Amino acid sequence: MLEPILRANNIKKSFTDPVEIEILHGINFSINKGEFVSIIGKSGCGKSTLLYVLSTMDTAYTGELWIEGEEMSKKTEKELAKVRNEKIGFVFQFHYLLNEFSVLKNVMLPALKLNKFSEKEITEMALKKLEVLGIRELANKPANQLSGGQKQRVSIARALINDPAIIMADEPTGNLDSKNSQIVFETFKELSEQFNQTLLVVTHDPTFAKATNRIIEMEDGLIIKQ
Amino acid sequence: MKLLFHISVTLLKARLKQSIVAAVGVTFGITMFVTLLSFMSGLNNMLDGLIGNRTAHVRLYNEVKVNAKQPITLSHKDTNTHDFISSIKAANARQDIYNANKIIQNLEKDTRVLGYSRRLSTQVFFNAGASDLSGFLSGIDAEKEVKFFHFGDYITTGEAKQLMQVSNSIILGKPLAEKLMADIGDVVQVTTANGERFQLKVVAYYQSGVADYDKTQSFASNTTVQKVMGKGNGYITDLQVKLKDLSQAPAIAKEYAQVFEMDAIDIQSANAQFETGTKVRNIISYAVGISLLIVAGFGIYNILNMMIYEKMDTIAILKATGFSGTDVKRVFLMISVIIGLIGCAAGMVFSTLLINVISHIPFNSAAIPTVKTFPVVYSWVFYAIALSFTFATTWFAGWFPANKASKVDPVIIIRGK
Repeated sequence: MLEPILRANNIKKSFTDPVEIEILHGINFSINKGEFVSIIGKSGCGKSTLLYVLSTMDTAYTGELWIEGEEMSKKTEKELAKVRNEKIGFVFQFHYLLNEFSVLKNVMLPALKLNKFSEKEITEMALKKLEVLGIRELANKPANQLSGGQKQRVSIARALINDPAIIMADEPTGNLDSKNSQIVFETFKELSEQFNQTLLVVTHDPTFAKATNRIIEMEDGLIIKQ
Repeated sequence: MKLLFHISVTLLKARLKQSIVAAVGVTFGITMFVTLLSFMSGLNNMLDGLIGNRTAHVRLYNEVKVNAKQPITLSHKDTNTHDFISSIKAANARQDIYNANKIIQNLEKDTRVLGYSRRLSTQVFFNAGASDLSGFLSGIDAEKEVKFFHFGDYITTGEAKQLMQVSNSIILGKPLAEKLMADIGDVVQVTTANGERFQLKVVAYYQSGVADYDKTQSFASNTTVQKVMGKGNGYITDLQVKLKDLSQAPAIAKEYAQVFEMDAIDIQSANAQFETGTKVRNIISYAVGISLLIVAGFGIYNILNMMIYEKMDTIAILKATGFSGTDVKRVFLMISVIIGLIGCAAGMVFSTLLINVISHIPFNSAAIPTVKTFPVVYSWVFYAIALSFTFATTWFAGWFPANKASKVDPVIIIRGK
């Protein structure tokens, strides 16, 4: 059997402030290559918390997290940063672009950090990604002059730049109007179908979730249905 | 690293005004630091020169003093008795340096010695009409004094080497000449303690800056003074030695005193207070300069701290997209050091201009006739110190905020929205 892209093994997480309370009670699941997975659940069920654990940014958990066959919980902060850089693309609810940089630079930054290609190649790659998302003409604009929908598409382009193993998205449409939500959703769909991109999306939008390959439903820190 | 530098510069540009304010703080500090050091060193050199230039590093002479070896101590050498002698007087010992030529030969062979000059001095009376003014007449090697002891710097009118060219010539202290109403070319009459009279021609004026000294001092060539004193050729009372390395003076003075069996005093013992003054002035200028830089460092610290609060989102997103804590720390450290280095570069330019301006401000002092403007010293050492200090302070000022930035938890920032 093929090694899954991402595998969670009995992941538990507690918040200790103000009192110790367990949020995730042992999560087990895995995602295979090319899957378009959505996690749904009510507010406070722990779906975002789970996503940040899976993202390797949150390291205060117990259990095992495997990404492309590598165990994450034993890695140092530096190694995890490298994993995020190489293997994970992020799309957040709020766009989180760097306002000081142009759109193009925003997309290029993770690739420049990875330092696998020359700056010229990276520029071309970034322009291609922007083209796929239909916002090539915005490349040289400062990031803070874009509309919300445009910013979200730029952050998707940025998530794609290093051809990550998986793209993780936290309520990517949560802050957008229905038209822009539709565009973002179509984009994800297209990435999944045409480019066989693995996607993991946390959402509370049932229509969004229904259109994905697989829905993981969470309640009170446990997966109740998948 | 190039990428991090690029990010630093972009962040700096986004906060251009604040960054400039921080850099101006450093600029001000560096300008003041370098200018102060340059000016203070100039003053130090001038003041040290006031004494140091014309004082011998080691002076060889015979002091009129009681002989340490009294006859009774020689005869009681091995007994347990203790002798009390009252009313000891100094014997009529010779004041001139015995076997001076031999000593000079030794000095010339000594590689530690830069140069030497022979001197002798006597008391004379200058006849001004009916009254006699008492004064000192010093015999000097004019050429060597000019070469090794900056004698020429203190000649206000005329030339020192005329002493060699014009026979029976004399250089008068300026106030003395005024009292005697003696112009250059005039002849003054001196009377020795023995009552002999000599006519000497005035060739130059001398001004040391110490008025009381100038009022009584005059110079002539060694031969002239030997003639005035009625002594033979070769009679000298002082040997002024200039060394290559000033700091060796105490050791060499001790050695010469032993070898030549005469008194020797080094410049450090003779003028201890000048070294102290120099040290204190140096400490003050460094202390002021360093405090200015530390204040500038606090400015940078503040601005970086503010920047980090403003840029929490940026830090979070950098971390989320694969920049490690160390990378983030480097970015902010670089920002700090860039501010520092730009401020430092500007400070160096400004300080050079300021030093230039200071060096053109008129400064006339009776003490130093050769100095017409404020003394300054241009030295790359000051710039090097300023640069390394800027580097150190901005590094430290940047370290704490940068460390804080590196510890920002992206999850809290991203989820907090």
